[in-house]
Amino acid sequence: MGLLDRLDDPYEGGGIILGKVEDLLNWGRSKSDWYLHFGLACCAIEFMAMNASHFDFMRFGTIPRTSPRQADFIMVTGTVTFKMADRIKILYEQMAEPKYVISVGSCSNCGGPYWEHGYHVLKGVDRIIPVDVYIPGCPPRPEAFEEGMMLLQKKISHQAIFNKRKRLESEV
Amino acid sequence: MLPNEIYDKLKTEFGDAVIEFDNKQPTDSFIVINTENLFDICHTLRDKNEFLFDYLMCLSGMDLGENVGVVYHLYSMTHKHKLVLKVTAPKTDPRVPSVEMIWRTADWHEREAYDLIGIQFEGHRNLIRILCPYDWEGHPLRKDYEAPEYYHDMKVSY
Repeated sequence: MGLLDRLDDPYEGGGIILGKVEDLLNWGRSKSDWYLHFGLACCAIEFMAMNASHFDFMRFGTIPRTSPRQADFIMVTGTVTFKMADRIKILYEQMAEPKYVISVGSCSNCGGPYWEHGYHVLKGVDRIIPVDVYIPGCPPRPEAFEEGMMLLQKKISHQAIFNKRKRLESEV
Repeated sequence: MLPNEIYDKLKTEFGDAVIEFDNKQPTDSFIVINTENLFDICHTLRDKNEFLFDYLMCLSGMDLGENVGVVYHLYSMTHKHKLVLKVTAPKTDPRVPSVEMIWRTADWHEREAYDLIGIQFEGHRNLIRILCPYDWEGHPLRKDYEAPEYYHDMKVSY
């Protein structure tokens, strides 16, 4: 019998679920991530396939936002040039905490094919903003996007909200 | 009209300003013209009824070592004929007349050639960088270009 079925029957289940508030909050946070999409190159083309009905990115609870202030994570898809790097940093700083970053594709992971002669390319977006999930590929297949999104959800659902400092100390 | 016919007509009209005609290359045959007369020749090519080159297909900058060069690919929608023009300028003083007033397409193309090769197009009304950031130093597609070590505190190469 599922959790929601028991809620429907107040006499049998009593309408009560025992659990941690933190788990509930993290469940909500991880299942409705709005993202600021930063389409910079061909990875963004692959991301269009991800957004279309066949792979249906929105079933992860993600909604594309055009404003960084409404976004939970930023999706950097493509080559980060120095001209764009300044802007990415500004937009990342405008996002409200908690905020996450997914770096998609070889270019934004490490510079990719521009490693040797790319005078204009930042060698990895993680050199200016902290990255939570790296999705490898050139460009990655939509399945890789799905796995990256699931990894981010996993990360968010295991994060500490209360007594963060105390728990971090105990881990050390 | 074929390029050699156009060359003959230009030669009679402009004389020494039209330097040479080359059809020995595997690419399109081209006409090399004197840099100072570029604007007048292009104006004639666009407006004279027998030429009517109303479309500038491409404008490219080149680094030739000692010199820089500009290549113009022209097309006439009316007569359906093509022409390739080339000009050069010394790298120490890379000034070439702008054709931005003749073909509006040249606006961005010339800005690109200025940005990446460093050709100064004289008469262009808005000659600023188009691809690199405005505060970028140097012209990256020159053969002797060396990338900076840092840009805005971001390391360029590792």
